[in-house]
Amino acid sequence: MQPSVKVVSLVSVGRHPQSGRSRRAEQDGRAVELGLKLASAELTVVHAGNAQEQVLRQYAGMGLLSLTVLEQESDCDAVPVLVSFLQDKRIDVVLTGVRAESGESSGMLPYLLAEKLGWPLVPRVADIISIQGGAAEVLLALPRGQRRAVTVKLPFIASVDNAAQEARQTAFGPGLRADVKVLNVDSVVDEAASQWQISAAKPRPKRIKVVKAKTAADRMKAATAKPMGSGGKVMKDETAAEKAQAIFDLLLEEKVVR
Amino acid sequence: MILDWLPPTLIGFLLVLAGIGAVRRMNLWRAGQAEKVDILAGLLAMPKRYLHDLHHVVERDKYMSRTHVATGGGFVLAMVLVLFVHLFGVKSEILAWALLAALVLMFCGALFVYKRRMNPPSRLSKGPWMRLPKSLLTFSITFFVLTLPAAGILPEGTGGWILTLVLSVLILMSLSEMLFGMTWGGPMKHAFAGALHLAFHRRSERFGGGRSTGLKPVDFGDGVTIKEVHGVAKPTDFKWNQLLGFDACVQCGRCEAVCPAFAAGQPLNPKKLIQDMVVGFAGGTDEKYAGSPYPGVEVGNAKGAPDQIITNGLISSDTLWSCTTCRACVEECPMMIEHVDAIVDMRRFLTLEKGETPNKGAQVLENIIATDNPNGYSPASRTHWAADQNLNVMKDVKQADVLFWVSDGAFDMRSQRILRSFVKLMKAANVDVAILGDEELDSGDVARRLGDDAAFQSLAKRNLATLSKYSFKTIVTTDPHAFHCLKNEYGDFGSDALKGVEVLHHTTFLNRLIKEGRFNLSPLQGGSKVTYHDPCYLGRYNGEYEAPRELLASLGIEVAEMERSRYRSRCCGGGGGAPITDIPGERRIADMRMEDVISTGADMVAVGCQQCTAMLEGVVEPRPVVKDIAEILAGQLIEETH
Repeated sequence: MQPSVKVVSLVSVGRHPQSGRSRRAEQDGRAVELGLKLASAELTVVHAGNAQEQVLRQYAGMGLLSLTVLEQESDCDAVPVLVSFLQDKRIDVVLTGVRAESGESSGMLPYLLAEKLGWPLVPRVADIISIQGGAAEVLLALPRGQRRAVTVKLPFIASVDNAAQEARQTAFGPGLRADVKVLNVDSVVDEAASQWQISAAKPRPKRIKVVKAKTAADRMKAATAKPMGSGGKVMKDETAAEKAQAIFDLLLEEKVVR
Repeated sequence: MILDWLPPTLIGFLLVLAGIGAVRRMNLWRAGQAEKVDILAGLLAMPKRYLHDLHHVVERDKYMSRTHVATGGGFVLAMVLVLFVHLFGVKSEILAWALLAALVLMFCGALFVYKRRMNPPSRLSKGPWMRLPKSLLTFSITFFVLTLPAAGILPEGTGGWILTLVLSVLILMSLSEMLFGMTWGGPMKHAFAGALHLAFHRRSERFGGGRSTGLKPVDFGDGVTIKEVHGVAKPTDFKWNQLLGFDACVQCGRCEAVCPAFAAGQPLNPKKLIQDMVVGFAGGTDEKYAGSPYPGVEVGNAKGAPDQIITNGLISSDTLWSCTTCRACVEECPMMIEHVDAIVDMRRFLTLEKGETPNKGAQVLENIIATDNPNGYSPASRTHWAADQNLNVMKDVKQADVLFWVSDGAFDMRSQRILRSFVKLMKAANVDVAILGDEELDSGDVARRLGDDAAFQSLAKRNLATLSKYSFKTIVTTDPHAFHCLKNEYGDFGSDALKGVEVLHHTTFLNRLIKEGRFNLSPLQGGSKVTYHDPCYLGRYNGEYEAPRELLASLGIEVAEMERSRYRSRCCGGGGGAPITDIPGERRIADMRMEDVISTGADMVAVGCQQCTAMLEGVVEPRPVVKDIAEILAGQLIEETH
């Protein structure tokens, strides 16, 4: 990859699904892995939150020389500090996970950043194949192992899907020795979130799966077959107005727009 | 006589060269890391260590032990007398006769060395080692003839200057091997380095019948300054006495003959590994190595230097990950070299510094860190296996006679059968027992053998903190790996939690209960033939060979012993994280062990380890039944009816 590409991977503190303990977040780890592939040692890894958090060492142990922390309290909003950090730098690609494993876990962060920065957002990428001439060739992850190749102009934000290359093993020694650069930022308390009452989610009862298939071949088919899209159509040759009308009609039909 | 000055001059000259070589060699060892050793006490203890401990190991091969006593003893005695008779020119017929006797002894020994070298087994190194018996014979004959005049058997000046010249050439040849070669890297190096290795051994507890098997902890410093490197990256990162230990190798290949990974065709040969370490700290290549290679790896391409990263060109990391840490090589080594320590030291670098634990290693370590068990199960489900067991939990009772350390077998359905059987036996014997429940964590065995000493130490310290909250006299576990950690490795972390506490394996514990008559068993009917597989971490690591056999005997079972049993037991392939790193070979170690079982004609193999159970049961059927001793006993328990 070209060394001139400036890539930033945003990382959060993950949460192990079984133990509930802090860990390197699955998707954020992949965002760092992809960042290392694109920019190797030039990669900037940024965390907004507590600089003393030990989990950051697990990211650093992937071979980072340093890690930038925008120091702020846990009740602060990550978006404004990240926007001001990213804004005044000449950055080409920002990588995030699809959603955090702890906190709000709304998955909104990449969208809000894209909106504030005015950059395109590429959701759920499986890989970034090349970056050349101010544009990147990106593979989007679709269900059932399908991929869609798209070309995006720089700069852009991409959220990294579970289909991307798995994060490499973290090494204890380098993680311990990595430099944690703490930046003082004007953090903003998330007023809205402070009003919320948070309670544990109740697991939704699962519908018992009735296997209708009689033979192994049927079961294989049921497990792997592409869902037959009912409805929907591909519009390629129509005018922009017609395409927009079609989308609008669909939104009305689905009662998204009333 | 014109040339009379020549033999003493030659002897003196070669002695000086040997002295220079010795200093150079010592400087190579001194490039290693500092390690505190009591130099004087070590040197004083050395003769006893040699005559008793080392000889005890050599004695397993009677032919070789007698040969070595004759050759080595004869040589040392002869060399000392040569100095007096020929170098210092002491005129004494008694000394001369004594020298002749020593030389005859050495000659006889050397003949047997020669005989063994005529058709040497594959485990022996060839190359310069093939020359050694000839050098030994030459030495003894030459000095015999040279000494005859001094003993008064031949008149002075017999043979004239021609004989003196011929003898001088022979002296040069044989003494070059015996003295010069001793300190400049020839086969005789083993005598010089070996003697010092015995004196400055890193595990002096091993001598005098002791046992020292726990790995040494990584020093992670005081938390303020951070070390440059953890584990061993370069040969100079070893302790100096480890380097000395590598130099002591005689290349007898006994380690190679017992190594399960070597037999399975995985790229590991303990003898070659030690020789590569020597190449590493002395610099050079392995071209001159004349023994069996790592299976599937050509000899001659390995290069090393004291400050070169070992896995960059000297040995492949696959070699390090093939080891099952079964300690068969260490047990078998007549020079008492510590192969497993060296391998784990180098693994530590790969895991802690490079993040290159192969295959499932990374995932397992990540799970251990995040969930305190290798498979990433919910820590809250650790006690689910005991839902119907009505066991006391320490959190509630605070104290009990016996703490049952359940180990990670709690998550595995096969191992749970062993756990339940053991609980059934304890209940029958009315043992006051409790478990830690969800407070128990993985012992850290796997993390430590995979090189992640940070994770191991974290687990050890947290486990010790939990243990220190409760009072108990005994810890019993069905897992020899946890047993080993608790007994031999947790002591390094400055906790009093295990002070005065007896750590026992369940076979030892059950054997005591039976001897006390705490429960009644019915003899095993049906005339089935049973053999017993010694788990490495119970046998070689902790010396418990008898209790399991006594337990089987109490059921009226006469154990049909395998050829490789007790201290020579072959590993099941499940130790040292080997099933996790899974380095490919030509065969599976478990299959080979099952062949050992089948060759006894047994239809059941008794085991004392859940890991061995899993490995042996993984062998395709038809094969003998695999059962833990606790399961066999529980099946024969006579329960009182009320």
